[in-house]
Order: sequence, then C-alpha cells, then structure tokens
Amino acid sequence: MMAFLQSGPVQTALLLSGAAALLCGALGLFTVLRGQAFAGHALADVSSAGGAGGLLFGLSPLLGFLVFGLMGVGALEILQTRRTAARDEAAGILLGAGLGLTALLLHLCLAGHGASGAAQAVMFGAMFSAPPGEALWACLLAGLSLLVLAFIARPLLLASLDQELALVSGAPVRGLGILFLLLLALGVTLAAMTVGAILATALLIGPAATALRLVRGPVMAAAFSAALGLAACWGGIVLAYASYGWMPGRTWPVSFFIVALLLGFYAAARLGRRA
Amino acid sequence: MSYVMEVWLAASLVALAAGAAGFFVVMRRAGFAAHALPMAAFPGAAAASLFGFPLWAGLAGFALGGAGVLALVQRTARRDAATALLLAALLAVGALFLSLSGHYAGSVYGLLFGQVFALGVGDLPMLGLIGVCVPLLLWLGLRPLSLSALSPDLMQVQGGRPWVAELLFLALLALAAGFAVPVTGALLVFSLMLGPGAAAARLSNRPGAGLVLAMALALGLAWAALGLAYVSDWPVGFFTGVGAALVYLLARLKPL
Amino acid sequence: MNGTALEVAGLSVAQGGQDVLRQIGFDLPRGAFCGLIGANGAGKTTLLRALLGLLPSQGRIRAGGRIGYVPQKLQFEPDLPVRARDFVALGLDGHKFGLSLPSRGRAAKVEEALRAVEAEGFAAQRIGRLSGGQQQRVLIAHALVRAPELLLLDEPLANLDIKAAAEIVALLKRLCRERGVTVLLSAHDMNPLLPVMDQILYLADGKALCGPVHEVVRTEVLSALYGYHIDVIRVHGRILVVAGGNGHDHAHDVEHVAAIP
Repeated sequence: MMAFLQSGPVQTALLLSGAAALLCGALGLFTVLRGQAFAGHALADVSSAGGAGGLLFGLSPLLGFLVFGLMGVGALEILQTRRTAARDEAAGILLGAGLGLTALLLHLCLAGHGASGAAQAVMFGAMFSAPPGEALWACLLAGLSLLVLAFIARPLLLASLDQELALVSGAPVRGLGILFLLLLALGVTLAAMTVGAILATALLIGPAATALRLVRGPVMAAAFSAALGLAACWGGIVLAYASYGWMPGRTWPVSFFIVALLLGFYAAARLGRRA
Repeated sequence: MSYVMEVWLAASLVALAAGAAGFFVVMRRAGFAAHALPMAAFPGAAAASLFGFPLWAGLAGFALGGAGVLALVQRTARRDAATALLLAALLAVGALFLSLSGHYAGSVYGLLFGQVFALGVGDLPMLGLIGVCVPLLLWLGLRPLSLSALSPDLMQVQGGRPWVAELLFLALLALAAGFAVPVTGALLVFSLMLGPGAAAARLSNRPGAGLVLAMALALGLAWAALGLAYVSDWPVGFFTGVGAALVYLLARLKPL
Repeated sequence: MNGTALEVAGLSVAQGGQDVLRQIGFDLPRGAFCGLIGANGAGKTTLLRALLGLLPSQGRIRAGGRIGYVPQKLQFEPDLPVRARDFVALGLDGHKFGLSLPSRGRAAKVEEALRAVEAEGFAAQRIGRLSGGQQQRVLIAHALVRAPELLLLDEPLANLDIKAAAEIVALLKRLCRERGVTVLLSAHDMNPLLPVMDQILYLADGKALCGPVHEVVRTEVLSALYGYHIDVIRVHGRILVVAGGNGHDHAHDVEHVAAIP
C-alpha cells in the first residue's frame, strides 16, 4: 500500500484525476441542468486536437487541450444563435473537421516520433505519464475554477433553470453562459487528461446524472457528484494497479475501470427509488 | 484485382451506404444516432480482434445491438445522460478488448480514425452486400421514411406503420455506420454521413433527388479523401473530416 | 349508413387515469359542415384522434367512407428537402414501401388536390418555407388527395390571421358544397364559423351535444351540459358563451354593451 502511494506516477494520477473529478462533478451538475451535454462532448472532441498537437510539439498537454477547448468555446458561441437542430448538425460537422485535424496530428506523432502510445494517450487518457508539474497546475486551476463556480453558483443556477427569470432578476445571463463554457473547457481538459478525450463526457455527466437521482438540493447534489467522481477515479486507479496481477504482464486500462465504476453508480441509482 | 483497386472499391461501397443513410439522418433529425452507432460498433471490431471472429460480424452485431438500445431508449426521460454513459462504457470496453488483445497501440488509431488500407480482400463480399443493399432498401423505403419523418400521425392514418419505418431506418443506419468504421474510423463516420447528407438536403428540394445527390457527394468525398491520402501520405480521416465540413459549408452558401 | 358520414356511440377516452371523454354519441349527416367547439383543454384534439384510431377508446365509431386528417400545424424545418407537391403526393402512397414509378394517374390526383386548395403557385416550394396559411392549404390538399368522404381538421384556424382564417373557412365550405365532403373541424371560438356551419358539436365537461346551432347553443341547453349556469348572449350576430351570473334576464345590460363602439 505504501509503495503504491509513494510511486510518482500514482501520485500524479491521484492528483490529476482528483482535480478533474472534483471540478467535473460540480460543473457536470450545471451541464446536465442546462442540457449542454452535447456541448461538453463537442469541446472534448475539439480539444483532442490540442492534446495531439501538444504531444507532437512536446508542449504541455494541459495547455494543448485547454487552448483548443477555448477555441471550441468560441466556435460554440458563434453557432449559438441558430435553431437547435441546425446548430447541432453544424456543430457535429465542424467537430468532424476538428477530429480530422486530430487524426493528422496523431499520425504525425506516430510516424515521426515513433510515439506509439500517442493515440491511446490522447483518446483514452494518460494520467500516469503526465508530467508531475502538470498535476499540480491542474489542482491549482481546478481549485480556482471551483471558487469562481461557487461565486456565480446562484445566478447560474437560476439562469440554468429558466433564462427569463434570471434576466428579470438582473443576472447577466449571456455573460454567465460564456463564463460557464470557459470553466467547462477547463473541466473537459482535465477530464481528457484523466480518461481521454472520448471518455471525458462520462466523467462530466455520469456523477451529475447519478447525483440528480439521489439528492434533492443543489448544493448537496454538487458535492455528492464531486464525491462520486472522486470515488470512481481513485477506485479505478486502485483497480488498475490490482489488475496487474490478474493477467501476466498486462494491466487493464485505468479509464475502463473509471468508466465502469461511473456506469455502475448510475445504474445503481436508477434501480433505486428516485429522491 | 490490385490492392489499390480493392481499397478503392471497398471505400466506394462504404461511401454509397453512408451517403444514403446520412440523407435520412438529416431528414429525420437523427444526428444523435449517427454519432452513437459508430461508437457502438467500435468494441465490436475490438472484440472480433480479441476473440477471433470475423470483423464484419463484430461490427454488425454491436452496431445492430446499439440500434436496438436506441430504439428502446427513445421514449425515456433524460435519455441523453443515459445513452452518453452507455456509449462511454462501450468505448471503454473496446479499449479494454484492444488492450487485452495486445494490439492496443496500432488498433486504437485505426478504429478511431480509419485505416482503410488495413482492409483485406476477404472483407469485400460483405462490403459489397452492404454497399448495394443499404442504398437499395433505403430507396425502396423512401416514401415511408419521408412521411414518417414529416408526420408519423399522418402515416398511421393512411394505414402505414411508423414504427416499422423507424426500425428499418435504424437497422440500415447501424449497418452503414458499422461497416464504415474500418474505412473512416468510428469518430469520422458522422462526417461521411452528414456532410454529404446535409449538403444534399440543402441543394435539392425533393427527397428522391436528394437521396441520389447525397450518395454522389459521399462517393466524391471518399474518392477525394483516398486520392489525397494516397498522394500525401496523410491520413484518410483528416481529409474526410475536413472535406465533409467544406462540402457542408459550400452547400450552405446556396440560399434556400 | 347511407345518409350519415359518421356514427359515434358511447365513445369514452381516458388519458393519464382521467376520463377526458365520457360516453360521447352523435351522428354526422353526409355533406354537413360541422364545427367541433369547446374551450382549450376540453378534449377536441382527443376526440379527433380517437375518431382516427390514433388513441385507444371505448365505444363504437362507424365512418361511411375514407377519412382525411388535417392535424394541427406541423413543425417543418425550412431546409427539409420536401416540396409542397411532394408532401401532397405522400398523401397517396406515403405508407408504401417499394419503388415508386412515375404515374400519370397519381400526378393528376396530386395536381387536382393542389388546384382545389389553390396552392399551385407555391407547390414547388419547400414545405418548411411556406407561411402558416399556405401550409394549412397544403395539409388540406394532402388529406384531399385520396378523395375522402369525411375531412377532420384539428384547429385549422389557430395561428392564422383573420384574413387567412376567413380564406380557409371559405375554401372548406366550397369543398364541402362542391364535392359533398363532410367537414368536421375543431375551434375554440365558434364565431368565425357561424356563417358556414350546418351543425355544431359542442364539447364541454367530457360530454358533447350535436345539432344545428340554434338548437344547441342556448342558455338552458348549455347550462345543462356544463352543469352550472351559462348565459348565451347574441350581440350583432355574434355569440358569446359566458359563465356565471344569477340567471336573471339582463337584457338591458346587453344593449348597453352593444352600444359601446
């Protein structure tokens, strides 16, 4: 146990995934309430190009994912004004262009550097191999974001439940919306570094969807959601380490365990009675 | 048949099916299914590699299973959260299978972004079947699929069964999406379907012509992507994704 | 059956555990123009959908021939690749799988239906780009194309401005007269239909009364239907159905109202 906790990569993984889980847990609650799960998914896919680019040019993955995530927010804001169906369609197709870019960058990683683990690192997560400094940055940024979120929580909650009520009460609805998307870009970045770009949405909405079924009040729901995310991530890390002994020389991917736990929590909540 | 010809033929067949299905995805506002089904097929391919059964069986089985789940989940509340989690779980299982099969590194890229050049001549007959049957059946179902998209009530009043059209559509979409995964990769099937599909819906104002145009655009896109990939050694997925967006944006220039 | 277009007896519909329609019974004579009138939420749409078999119901429904249905406004995206003409054609064979070879007979029926609703001018436009009134006409043509004996329309006049509504009413009356189509259309205000209605099917409290307007729309009749006091007031040829009051004759109050410009 002590050896486990003293290992550098494990500490990095615990810190990084912890930051991601706490931030995504809280953000995810608002995401689900605002019906912006698709936006989260789109941001995750777009940021994958940044992650791939970061690998290719030897830059910080955190920065890579984040920069592209922020560009994705810009694109989403531009698309904002259209009808929903047309907007989702346009977002999806433009997303495809972003994924095409990821394909190119990963290909260049694989071809040039022989970094054979590039694709799975970006798409399915590489928390054990993140530079330790990144984990600390992740914690710092997550902490700051949670403070900001707590600060805007009440008007944001009102705006998420009913835009007109929020406008009438004087809340800057549009500004809050943009700020939320920016925080979401960071949350998605951390989730992508933890479980990979295509599984990031699970960490974002899984705990929140589960919490909504079990807890009634908003503050408790956010806290519970963060706790669930944390349990899934750290539990997944422990299981991944344990799996080393199950099959000779092969560990099961940690992101598999994390997602399995998230799904398990959700399924258990669905089978139980609604709060 | 030379290797290049085989690849060309395989990609063409996949494109025809994808274009046809994509047109109805646009008409029926089924974008979510077009996103989800390729991802459902992903673990099928991984399972085939791990457990040693034919690729097409894994793809078809998992994709059709995914379509079944989608059909069931249609009516429940908060379905996006549930389906998004299920999809993530399927992808995670796919990652597990790939990791266990020892082909993690190589296959992840291929199944996510496409590695058409990895298809074998043994896959051609199945692809041929899909490339011919899917567009054909969609063509035969043009009227019911259109009417049930516009108003399921009116279809029922005329004696039709909207749920039959829906099941047929989802099944054909699943097959088209599943078989496109080796060619374009799970993440880019959506682009191959919706870029041409949405462009065709914009450029043509009637269903029959729109369907044909969508297939033609998808074919053109696939050929361009293949050609450019062959010449530049850059991945097909890049050209597919960017090309689909270009086709879509160009079509949107035409005023309605 | 020959003289009636629709025979309904003991029709009951429950939704969400509640009785929406209770033992509804009426006969619609062939060729009649009948308004299904009731307040919002009274169950007009439920009744129409039950008649079409789109909802489970108890009781007996017998129609003398084919029924055409014009639903409430459908939502069409402006970029749907379906023209008005295509939509009307789907009214003929939209439920059939299989190859559709171009057929002169079918095309003629489609053109005829479009002509009947005066939609030739915009038949080639995408259906999602038409105005409310134009879409209504196309929906009617879609229902007409199979030459139904009975036409059911769900609130065709809602969302239309006065002029467009009057045009639709005139169109429907013409179809009724010239083709002998029985028309049953629902509305929450009977007044635009007063000049053209032969019959009224008045729906309240889950029950219905059917008959000529002057027989059904009377204080004592509607009060019995609702179960509490209703006043029926006629002002300048228009009818107001008003709840409450104490049953006394307030004729002088009505004249006072009428005098207000």
